[in-house]
Amino acid sequence: MKVRVKFFAILRERAGAAEVSKDLPDGSTVGDLWRELQKDYAKLDVPGIRLLYAVNQNYVGADHRLSDHDEVVFIPPVSGG
Amino acid sequence: MFRVSREPIDLNALVEYVTDPEAGAVVPFIGTTRNHNEGRRVIALDYEAYPEMAEKELARIGAEAKQKWPICKMAIVHRLGPVQIGEASVIIVVSSAHRDAAFAASRFAIEEIKKTVPIWKKEVFEGGEVWIGTQSGEEFKGK
Repeated sequence: MKVRVKFFAILRERAGAAEVSKDLPDGSTVGDLWRELQKDYAKLDVPGIRLLYAVNQNYVGADHRLSDHDEVVFIPPVSGG
Repeated sequence: MFRVSREPIDLNALVEYVTDPEAGAVVPFIGTTRNHNEGRRVIALDYEAYPEMAEKELARIGAEAKQKWPICKMAIVHRLGPVQIGEASVIIVVSSAHRDAAFAASRFAIEEIKKTVPIWKKEVFEGGEVWIGTQSGEEFKGK
């Protein structure tokens, strides 16, 4: 399956990309995707950062199973306001 | 009305939007950009969002506020892109029949925005820049 990943803020800068697509084995979770992305983008691993995960614009857990064409965003600590 | 905007936020338009014949109170909250943070002199701020989800989360906050308090209408607009010091980065306006509900809902909304809405602030200060919330960001520079 293929998923679309969008990077924002510190992760966008560290990945050097705003959007990438990624092929994954069926049954992969958000956590699996994160581990795969870290192989592609070594700088994505920001020490001490706590990420939240969103699939198709809803918060999910790291064990959420992905589907073909999902839009996945790894959300660094938010700082609006 | 729950939006992110690259344009300066029009307070009067939001007040007009929430004004309601049923309402006896209209409470505006204006979050503005400050020239100092944690002992640093801040020169500029830059906001980035995951816009579709940010607007969805703002609307979720509005819906939740409406369940918790008897408010008439709420509007939240958050600014994106470069924001000059002293400008509004976020405006929340709430109307209600009686003032207590509007004050409480406004307070709830700004606290929730800071917790769940995918918006990020980059602070540019003398000698560097940092994404707020990833405070060790300075250490990452050049790594």
